[in-house]
Amino acid sequence: MKYLDEFSDPDLAKKIIDQIHAVTTRKWAMMEVCGGQTHSIIRHGIDQLLPDGVEMIHGPGCPVCVTPLETIDRALAIAARPGVIFCSFGDMLRVPGSSQDLFSVKSAGGDVRVVYSPLDALKLARENPDREVVFFGIGFETTAPANAMTVYQAKKLGIRNFSLLVSHVLVPPAIAAIMESSTCRVQAFLAAGHVCSVMGTSEYPPLARKYKVPIVVTGFEPLDILEGVRRTVVQLEAGRHEVENAYPRAVRDEGNAPAMKMLADVFEVTDRTWRGIGEIPRSGWRLAGKYREFDAEQRFDVTGIHTAESSLCRSGEVLQGLIKPHLCEAFGKECTPRNPLGATMVSSEGACAAYYTHRRLELVDAK
Amino acid sequence: MTDVTDVAHEVTAPLDRVPDLDFEAWACPVPLRDIPSVVMGHGGGGAMSGELIEHLFLPAYGAAAAADLGDSAVLTVGSGTRLAFSTDSFVVKPMFFPGGSIGDLAVNGTVNDLAMSGATPLFLSTAFILAEGTALSDLGRIAQDVGRAAEAAGVRLVTGDTKVVERASGDGVYLNTSGIGVVPPGVDIHARRARPGDAVLVSGDIGVHGVAVMSCREGLEFGTTVESDTAALHGLVTAMLATGSDLHVLRDPTRGGVSASLNEIARASDVGVELVERLLPVPPTVRDACSLLGLDPLQVANEGKLIAIVPAEDADRVLEAMRAHPLGRSACRIGSCVPDHAGMVVARTGLGGSRVIGLPIGEQLPRIC
Repeated sequence: MKYLDEFSDPDLAKKIIDQIHAVTTRKWAMMEVCGGQTHSIIRHGIDQLLPDGVEMIHGPGCPVCVTPLETIDRALAIAARPGVIFCSFGDMLRVPGSSQDLFSVKSAGGDVRVVYSPLDALKLARENPDREVVFFGIGFETTAPANAMTVYQAKKLGIRNFSLLVSHVLVPPAIAAIMESSTCRVQAFLAAGHVCSVMGTSEYPPLARKYKVPIVVTGFEPLDILEGVRRTVVQLEAGRHEVENAYPRAVRDEGNAPAMKMLADVFEVTDRTWRGIGEIPRSGWRLAGKYREFDAEQRFDVTGIHTAESSLCRSGEVLQGLIKPHLCEAFGKECTPRNPLGATMVSSEGACAAYYTHRRLELVDAK
Repeated sequence: MTDVTDVAHEVTAPLDRVPDLDFEAWACPVPLRDIPSVVMGHGGGGAMSGELIEHLFLPAYGAAAAADLGDSAVLTVGSGTRLAFSTDSFVVKPMFFPGGSIGDLAVNGTVNDLAMSGATPLFLSTAFILAEGTALSDLGRIAQDVGRAAEAAGVRLVTGDTKVVERASGDGVYLNTSGIGVVPPGVDIHARRARPGDAVLVSGDIGVHGVAVMSCREGLEFGTTVESDTAALHGLVTAMLATGSDLHVLRDPTRGGVSASLNEIARASDVGVELVERLLPVPPTVRDACSLLGLDPLQVANEGKLIAIVPAEDADRVLEAMRAHPLGRSACRIGSCVPDHAGMVVARTGLGGSRVIGLPIGEQLPRIC
């Protein structure tokens, strides 16, 4: 971690910020796809330091935010069953379903546990052969390899009491969907470095060409983001639209071959509904046929779920970059991290939560 | 030293009758969505804990409540002797962690709550709630840690209680400690006393205890072992008081971390607090662990650190005294109280931007990626 300090150096940051100011001649709107980048931008106040003309639009890259309400409700139904140990990453516990969240299920007696790796859930399954252990497998291409590995191991070891509730989503189809939208204002993308470290960059040149948008693969530290912005503005000002890798210390163009092989074995591409956005064709993964026995949706009868979204919540528009979080009428009033109406407010990766947590001062002043 | 056994119990005014609550029709006004039962976050030391106190306990206690919500209550008895009184329960998992155990934590925690009102801690009680099946060898180690910590802190263990609950109703050892101390004449330390211009000091590295416990609770290893900073702080407070400075506020930032303590102070005093992020003493191991888990070091628990709000002109003198004490060697100034944004804590980021440091909601949750 020590060498990450170099990527927070204020003097170097100042130099890049000055370069961005020097090169910017007109207004540009770019989207950072990943919620981790949104969080970093707001936490470090990076967008306050950019020229007025450079607008950061926060994208749909928070896996917690875009997990469909129906899937959350399925998770809640499974977690509430006796005999089930329901495992999840921590930040899913507070995401509101139609009527409650996983914390409430836990409080009512459900065995809900936070784990740090899906392999921990598999370990629990081995230790509790008389219980059904379910892991909530959400996330982008970043978290999918570990989940794939877990299912692969479960099959190999003959562990029958483990299953995965899968809601994986893919970045490139989401970029295409955003660009196809008639209301799209995005002129460039900062692509998520972690996703590209797994999948490489080969999916991006066709998108850059088709939609004439620069795509710069960007990391998560302050200097990574500033350098991503700088390269993007340089391209925009020059009228270029190419794919650039500004995160070479983590991303190779060919990606991570063993991880991709594991993904190809365990998952298959499927249409996926994104919370707040709707269905995007071929934008998700589900378990491939030979692993279908590990699919929690198949194993537990959780059909007949009736979802109910808040009519006040505009997180879908936030996720598509159409409005900034504080322009939602419910922001900071009916909807706060304590009382979230939508997932963009509850997840620490969510744009609404980032604005509420770190930006309340400015927003109070502005109102 | 005052002999508190001679202090007569005194009720200064007759109590109004505690109001009857119709529990059948009672809608708890805790603004936490529609959750009708206790969740873990209610004990996290953040906003949810505060709401429980403000909206459930205090209304239910009615006129019988005389708490003013500090780490300890300061009570005037007899001919003007001021007693500090505090109680705290410890449910930490695991019971043993690098640098300490639930035993020394329970002693130091209550000693520190007393010390944060400037009191000299004198007497403690210990109440154990034990789960059926707990190994007596574990209980013995914990009891020994209680004894050693009390001896080191110079407090006497004067009363106690033991209860056992069925195996399914508990998990190992829970420990409550209550304590009594005496506040020296002239000392007036309270969360309401922060003033614009005051300096904000911290006695050393932050986030250490929380990361130490988390690292063994979750089976995470961070390359270097992080040891809990659990320690009794009243000696450090005595050294600070000896400077003659009129210390305005002291807080030990336990659950909810530095963030929760400063938010409470900002609200109680109706001042803004401005932190300078690059001045925050976050050790690399804590920073890296927090970075991995998606936690903010400002919200991670401490057990042997204090925050002091002191008049700006006294800051250097108090810091010098803190640094001369073994528990304050790395003491530093991390910010100031300001007239702007009253009730809020704002940090100037390393890059020159700003961010609001909010009150944590409930439990700290590691994020997905």
